[in-house]
Amino acid sequence: MELIFEKSVESRRGFCFGASDVPTQASIPSKYARKEDALLPQVSELDVVRHYTLLSQKNFSVDTHFYPLGSCTMKYNPKFTEALASLPGFRDLHPLLAQLAGGERWTQGALQVLYELEQWMCEMTGFKNFTMQPLAGAHGELTGIMLMAAYHKSKGNTQKKYVIIPDSAHGTNPASAALAGYETVSIPSNKEGGMDLEALKAAVNEKTAGLMMTVPSTYGVFEPNISEIAKIIHSVDGIMYYDGANLNALLGRARPGDLGFDVMHVNMHKTFATPHGGGGPGAGPVGVNEKLSRFLAISRVVKRDDGLYALDYDYPESIGYIASFYGNFAILVRAYGYVLMLGREGLMDTTNHAVLNANYIMKKLAPYYKVCFDRICMHESVFSAKVQAARGVHAIDIAKFLIDQKIHPPTVYFPISVPEAIMIEPTETESKQMMDRFIEKMIEADILSQRDPAAFSKFPMTMPVERPDEVKAARDVKTSFFLPAVTDAA
Amino acid sequence: MNPYITNTPQEVKEMLKTIGVENIDALFGDISSAYAPQSFDLPKGLSEYEVMRHLTELSLKNNVHVVPFIGGGYYDHYIPTAVSSLSTRGEFYTAYTPYQPECSQGTLQALFEYQSAMCALTGMEVSNASLYDGGTALYEAMMMAIRTTGRHRVIMDGGVSPIYRKIIKTYTHHLSYQFEETPVVHGQSSREEIYRLLDKQTAVIILQNPNFFGAIDDLTDIIEKAHSVGALAIVSVYPISLGLLKTPADMGADIVTGEGQSLGLPLNFGGPYLGFMCTRKKYIRKMPGRIVGETVDSKGQRCFVNTLQAREQHIRRDKATSNICTNVSLCALQAAIFMSIVGKNGLKEMAQLNLDKAEFAKQLLSKIKGLEVKRSAPTFNEFTIHLPQDASGVVAAMMQRGFAAGFPLGRYYPGMERYLLVAVTEKRTKEEIERYAKALQEVLN
Repeated sequence: MELIFEKSVESRRGFCFGASDVPTQASIPSKYARKEDALLPQVSELDVVRHYTLLSQKNFSVDTHFYPLGSCTMKYNPKFTEALASLPGFRDLHPLLAQLAGGERWTQGALQVLYELEQWMCEMTGFKNFTMQPLAGAHGELTGIMLMAAYHKSKGNTQKKYVIIPDSAHGTNPASAALAGYETVSIPSNKEGGMDLEALKAAVNEKTAGLMMTVPSTYGVFEPNISEIAKIIHSVDGIMYYDGANLNALLGRARPGDLGFDVMHVNMHKTFATPHGGGGPGAGPVGVNEKLSRFLAISRVVKRDDGLYALDYDYPESIGYIASFYGNFAILVRAYGYVLMLGREGLMDTTNHAVLNANYIMKKLAPYYKVCFDRICMHESVFSAKVQAARGVHAIDIAKFLIDQKIHPPTVYFPISVPEAIMIEPTETESKQMMDRFIEKMIEADILSQRDPAAFSKFPMTMPVERPDEVKAARDVKTSFFLPAVTDAA
Repeated sequence: MNPYITNTPQEVKEMLKTIGVENIDALFGDISSAYAPQSFDLPKGLSEYEVMRHLTELSLKNNVHVVPFIGGGYYDHYIPTAVSSLSTRGEFYTAYTPYQPECSQGTLQALFEYQSAMCALTGMEVSNASLYDGGTALYEAMMMAIRTTGRHRVIMDGGVSPIYRKIIKTYTHHLSYQFEETPVVHGQSSREEIYRLLDKQTAVIILQNPNFFGAIDDLTDIIEKAHSVGALAIVSVYPISLGLLKTPADMGADIVTGEGQSLGLPLNFGGPYLGFMCTRKKYIRKMPGRIVGETVDSKGQRCFVNTLQAREQHIRRDKATSNICTNVSLCALQAAIFMSIVGKNGLKEMAQLNLDKAEFAKQLLSKIKGLEVKRSAPTFNEFTIHLPQDASGVVAAMMQRGFAAGFPLGRYYPGMERYLLVAVTEKRTKEEIERYAKALQEVLN
């Protein structure tokens, strides 16, 4: 399909601003003025509407397809939360209004949303305070690690150098720790999918700043030795960091704060059904216990004695500003509405059915694909396509087969410690009929891998494009319509 | 009740039987009773219409009815209706990061178009597919400059948004970089101070145009000087102003960042917004964030993929160029649609309207006794006025008259308590500007 730039016709327009109603006609002194126009497209509104409507139809999405992307939690995003975020009183509210003297009076509704959501998050996770500011999960991680650093600094723990991270962790964990100035130590998993305690004990010493852990892990397994692990880390004054990527498996069943963690982030789209938007915007609030509370980012939202909600900047030990404002507010409003609608029982049901659905798929596929950890799983299960790979059909080939079956593939090749990993997370919002169809297609893929493994190299065949040449994309780099491909841009 | 769960009681029974357990609780056997929540006290669920009513009431407690003359980097621009009609399509809105390119060409092509439009706007050669917001994008750019030069000294101009500067301080607090801040003199960057500080240890100079006070500048001379000592130059820009202003590429900038809220995103009480970053092609492998590239499929047809992923955290882990994973794809899509609808001529006209209306406001305000419009440097759509009294009190009094009068600079610049930053966008009518000037005159006299 043509690019919008290729549809451009000189002097065509999509929008009229109307005539100016002021008498002034100003000009920019030539020294400061643009020499050539920005070559944006010249297209009509209909051109734009048709172009992006047709483009949208080239996507798989939760609204159109089953999307069992393990670890990413692609659940249904209720439509009413979109309406909440579009209320003019939220949508058109300028963030600096709240920072004017007495500005809290003009922004009470928005501040109440932030304040109450913080209270609920604390209750759901067992923490003392939350900051709603982090703009995505990875941003939350970096914030959390900076809180860890602030804690050690305040204690004079100058020897702290290492953050321990299990081998099953998301890549963001080591990247976030490194950005905050820490080196990382990787710990292997044991046969049951938990952490190897002996390896942990051997790695922990006075230089250990903390541990980052996803519970349940990315293997879909709850860590049974969590209190023991917390004890080991706390014995050297380390900080226990909970990666909330999989919090959706624990609502009402366990709270990170009770399990011995000191700090966590929450990926709002995974647990609270905010849309993923093709890769964001997200929201990654960070919760802390008493130990780290005073370091939390500013501003903080407080309820004053006079009953008004207000921004409070008066925390001398705070790490400071981590984002421009108070978080991705329009995402947080959606999460607020979702929590309010589901309530205590509804939220617990999400966890119950997410785990039920994941186990159902695992049980049904276990005769065909090698299960990594043969036990009850939590909200997702990890298989290895080793058996199929031996026939010449790899995890990626199975993924491409599923695309032709109009199913978005599960996550493949993650966790990286599992060869030929296929990670399946159906979420609580999918029906049994849809899961049965997926199971049937996965079994078909296995049968085809025995009968005709060569067939897989053609998949997908029914999409607008076939398999892209990714090597060429990285070698002849072309990232803009205006720039000829640059070979070997390094 | 949870209306989004589809399993019927009969189906639950069947599934439990397949799994081989008695009930759902049995699936949580790994979580020992010692780990049971100490409390899980949340409100009872509500119906959709009860939630709608409650949130509508809360939204009405926010005052969005004042006429806004407040900016500070975030502006009340008109957003063509088609932007949200298209960006809220479920196929965009409920998709994930495009890991499977064959079934994500919609998102991928739209991001490629976004990158292309950002290159057209800034004049730069390459753009990434977005970062979180203008402030965090500037931090990422600074880290990129430090990685590229291998130097650890940073010079930051005082005209860079104080919000951005605070963010950068937070992230670098525990890292051993050396920071220098230079003052703004007569509205613009102080060449004298910057040249005094620029040396062979300097990694980067960070500038902003228009600066936080609204003043515009030609930064070419500063950037040349930075390059002469081997430092890079970052310029943070306001995209709408580029309809009229000299591009950062023409000034010689190495990295360009900014806040893309003005490109079709609502104010949203602070987010989600759009951090953008553009650079020269020679630095593309140092750039953080996702980048969409063009390639061909096995039939030779053009298609798009996430490319140069070896820079990123999911491959490189602790050696990655950034920890960023999720960015703000949907906001980048909104910006791409906005820039397409407004188009080449529309952007110029929009920028011209902003300039004309701000100049009209300056004319009216300069007639008010005791009020001084700062005119030492030209401005785009935002400017600084000096008041005979504390600006905060004036803003509070103006609120009562139905205006968000501006942003008092004393909030971030101690000693500037009598200065007010005033923004005028294309949406302000002549009548609103006249009423604003009249109200301000009443408040002051």
